[in-house]
Amino acid sequence: MRRFAALLLISIALTLLLAPYVAPHSYATQFRDAPNALASRQFPLGTDALGRDRFSRMLYGGRISLVFAPAAALVSSLLALCLALLAGCLGRRAERLAGIAADVCLSLPWLFALLAVRAVLPLNAAPWATVLATFGLLGLLGWAGPARVILAAVKRQLASDFVLFARAGGCSGWRVAVVHLLPNLLPLAGAQFLVTVPAFLLAEANLGLLGLGIPEPIPSLGGLLRELENLPGAVAHPWMFVPALLLFTVVGAFHLLVSADKYSI
Amino acid sequence: MKTWDRPPGLSLCSKAAGQARSPVLLLALLAVQGLAAQWGGELRFSIRDEPRSFHPAMADTDAAETIRYLTGGVLVRVNRSNQQLEPELATSWKIEKGGKGIVFQLRPGLLFSDGTPFTADDVVYTIQVLMDPALHSATGDAFRGGGGAVKAVPRGKYDVAVVFPEPVAGAARLFDQVAIMSRNSPLKERAVLGAFRIAGHKPGSFILLARNPNYWKTEHGRRLPYLDGIRLEIQQNRELELLRFRRGEVQLISALSPDQFQQLAAEDGATVKDAGPTLESEMLWFNMNPSAPIEAYRKKWFASRNFRLAVSHAIRRDDLCRMVYHGHAQPGIGPFSAANRFWFNHSLKPHAFDLEQSRRLLALDGFRLAGQSGGQTLRDRDGHAVEFSVITNAGNPARERMAAMLQQDLAAIGMRLNIVTLDFPSLIERISKSSQYESCLLGHVNVDLDPKGLMNVWLSSSATHQWNPNQAKPGTPWEAEIDRLLKLQSTTLDENRRKALFDRVQQIAWDEAPLLYLVNRNALVAFSRSLRNVEPSVLRPNLLWNADRLWIETAK
Repeated sequence: MRRFAALLLISIALTLLLAPYVAPHSYATQFRDAPNALASRQFPLGTDALGRDRFSRMLYGGRISLVFAPAAALVSSLLALCLALLAGCLGRRAERLAGIAADVCLSLPWLFALLAVRAVLPLNAAPWATVLATFGLLGLLGWAGPARVILAAVKRQLASDFVLFARAGGCSGWRVAVVHLLPNLLPLAGAQFLVTVPAFLLAEANLGLLGLGIPEPIPSLGGLLRELENLPGAVAHPWMFVPALLLFTVVGAFHLLVSADKYSI
Repeated sequence: MKTWDRPPGLSLCSKAAGQARSPVLLLALLAVQGLAAQWGGELRFSIRDEPRSFHPAMADTDAAETIRYLTGGVLVRVNRSNQQLEPELATSWKIEKGGKGIVFQLRPGLLFSDGTPFTADDVVYTIQVLMDPALHSATGDAFRGGGGAVKAVPRGKYDVAVVFPEPVAGAARLFDQVAIMSRNSPLKERAVLGAFRIAGHKPGSFILLARNPNYWKTEHGRRLPYLDGIRLEIQQNRELELLRFRRGEVQLISALSPDQFQQLAAEDGATVKDAGPTLESEMLWFNMNPSAPIEAYRKKWFASRNFRLAVSHAIRRDDLCRMVYHGHAQPGIGPFSAANRFWFNHSLKPHAFDLEQSRRLLALDGFRLAGQSGGQTLRDRDGHAVEFSVITNAGNPARERMAAMLQQDLAAIGMRLNIVTLDFPSLIERISKSSQYESCLLGHVNVDLDPKGLMNVWLSSSATHQWNPNQAKPGTPWEAEIDRLLKLQSTTLDENRRKALFDRVQQIAWDEAPLLYLVNRNALVAFSRSLRNVEPSVLRPNLLWNADRLWIETAK
C-alpha cells in the first residue's frame, strides 16, 4: 500500500512538475471569448469564469502546492526536531519552556495570524513573495504538534539503556543527542513530515476558499476549489471536480504513506 | 432584462386568450384574475444582518432601512417605479420662504398602530428627535447641512411647517426617509403608521412583522396590507438563502449574484427578473492623498489626469459586464447611472476602450514602452517601471474577477497590476485612516436619487472624498469647481437649473476621472410564483417597495 501511495505521489508530482510542457495554455491567459467553456480538446477541463484553461491552472496550481507544502512541512519538522532535542537534552526547565511554547503556538488562531501577516506585507510584494510568506508562516507555525511527539520520544530514549551506556562511557550531552538520539528520531520526524504535508495542503486550500490565499493570477488548488461553491453548476459540469479530486488524491496518498509507516503515531 | 419568466397567472391568461372564442369570455377570465387577490398569509425572506436598533431615526443598515420602510409611515414617498414623489401621510406640500420652509397638509383622521391619533404634533416631535444631537441619527444628518437648527412648527391640527436655516433644494424628497413617530403613544417609536408593525424578534434568528390594523390605505373596501405578516429571517450566507428559496422556505431574494441569477433562471420553480441597471457602481480609484505613505513618483502618476484616463481607456468594460456579471450590468459612466432618470447626464458615454488613445495620453506625460514586443514594460520619464497595487475586499468573487481582468487589460499597455485582497476591516482602515494603498477597487451604493446624496463623496472637504479626503481647501481647480457647483445646486430651488449644475459636475467627473467607474450592476431579483403584485424596482427596497399590495396565492 505504501509503495502504491509513493508511486501515485511520484507520478502526480512528475506530471505537475512538467506543467510548462504538459499544460496546453498559460495559467494566466484569459480567453475572453470562451468563459465557462465546456471541456473540449482545446480546454480539457473547460475554462473558468474568466476564460482561463482550468487544466493548465490545475497543473500549475498543483505544482505550487506540491512544492511549497512539503517545503513548509520540512521547515516545521526540522524545527520540531531541533527544539525537541534541545529541550530534551537541556533538562526539565527547558522541557517545560518548550511545552509552554508549543501550547501557545497550538492555541494561536493561525488563520488570523496569516491574515495579519497578509495585511502587513508590502502591497507591491510580488505574487511569489506572497506565496512564500503564506507557506513560510505555515512552516513556522506548524512545529508545535510534531515537537510534542518528538519530545516524548526523546524522553523515552533518554531513559533507555543505550543512552545510559553512552553516558557511562563518557559521552557528552551533545554527542548523545547528535550521535545516539538523532538517528533514532529521524524516522519519527519523517512520519511527522508526512502528516504535516497534507495539513498544509488543506490549510492553503482553506485560505484559497476564503479568497485570502495565493494572489491572482497565480493559481492554487484552494483557488480552484472556490468554483465548487456553485455546487449545482459544478454538478452539471463534473470536470470542475477534478482539482478537488487531485487534492483528495494527494492528501490521501500522504495519509496512506503515514499509516503504512511503522513509526506512525 | 434577459430573463423575465412570466407569472403563471399571466401565462394562464394568455393561453386562455388564445382559446377563448368570445371577447366576453376573455373579459370574464380577466375579471376573475383581477378579483383573485387573496388576503392573509405570511411573506418570508432573508436579511443579511440584524438591525442594531428598531428606532426609525437610527436606521443605518440595509436591514434596518428595510424594516423602517415596511413599518414607518412617511409624509411623502418616492415611488420606486416611476421615481416621482407621491403624497402619503401628507396630502399636499408647498415650498415657502424661498426654499427655507416646507408646509405639509396632513391626512386627517389617521391612527398609529396602537390607536393613537396622528396629528401635526407628531411631525414636530419626529423632527425634534431627528435633530437631537445626542441621537446621532444618520437620517437627521441629511437635514443638517445648513449649519443651523431645523424646526417643525405646527400651524393647526393637520398643518405643519418645517423650517430650514437656509434654502434647501429638493427638501420634500428628504422626507421619504423620515418615519413619523408618535409623541403621545406609550409605545413611542414602536407605534407606527406604516403597513406593518414589529410583532416579535428573536435575536440572531428572525424578526416578525404583523399587519398594522390601523393602516390608512385601502383596496376593494378593505384596509391594506393583504398580508397578515412578514417574517424576516436573519441569514448572512447567500448560498443558504438560495437553498431556502429553492425549498420554498423564503419567497423572495432582493439581491441575487449574477451566478445565482443564472442558476435560478435555468430552473423552473421561481421567477427571476433583471430589473435593469441600479444606482450601485463598481469603481477603481487612485490614492491622490499628498500625505499618503507611497512613493513620490507613484503619487505623480496618480495625480496626472492623462494617466488616469489612459488607464480608463485601457479597460474593456464590456468584457467586465459580460464575463463577471453574465451581461447583467452596464458599463459605468459617472456618479449616477442611467437608472436615475432625471439627474443622469444623458450626454455622457462610458470611456471607450481605445488602446491607441491610452498610449497617446501616456506619451503626453513622458511614459514610454521598453522591452520587446509581447513583454513590454511601461516606464515613466525617470525610468520607473509602471507597477502598482490594487486592493479589494476578499470574499467578493465579482471584484476579484474584475481585478484579474484589469490586470490583463493593463498589461496590454505595459502596466503591471498587483492584486491584493484584504479582509474588509483592513481594507477600510487603509482607505479611510492610514491611506496605505495605491489604488482601490470597491463599490458604491447610492440610496438617494438626489445629487445631495453624493455631496459626502464629491465635496473635497468630506471625509469620504475617497481619492483625497478631508482637504482644507480644494487641491485642484477642478475639485474647487465641483465644490462650487455642488454647493450652488444644493441651495438652488429651480430643478432644471439644478440639473444643469449637476450635469456640469458629472462632465467634470468624466473629464478628470478621479473615480474610474467600471460597471453599474443590474438589480437581479427572484420571487416565488405564488407571490403576486410584484413590481421589481432598481431602487431599494427592490421587491418590497409595494409590500402593502403584495399578496400570496395559496395552493388549491
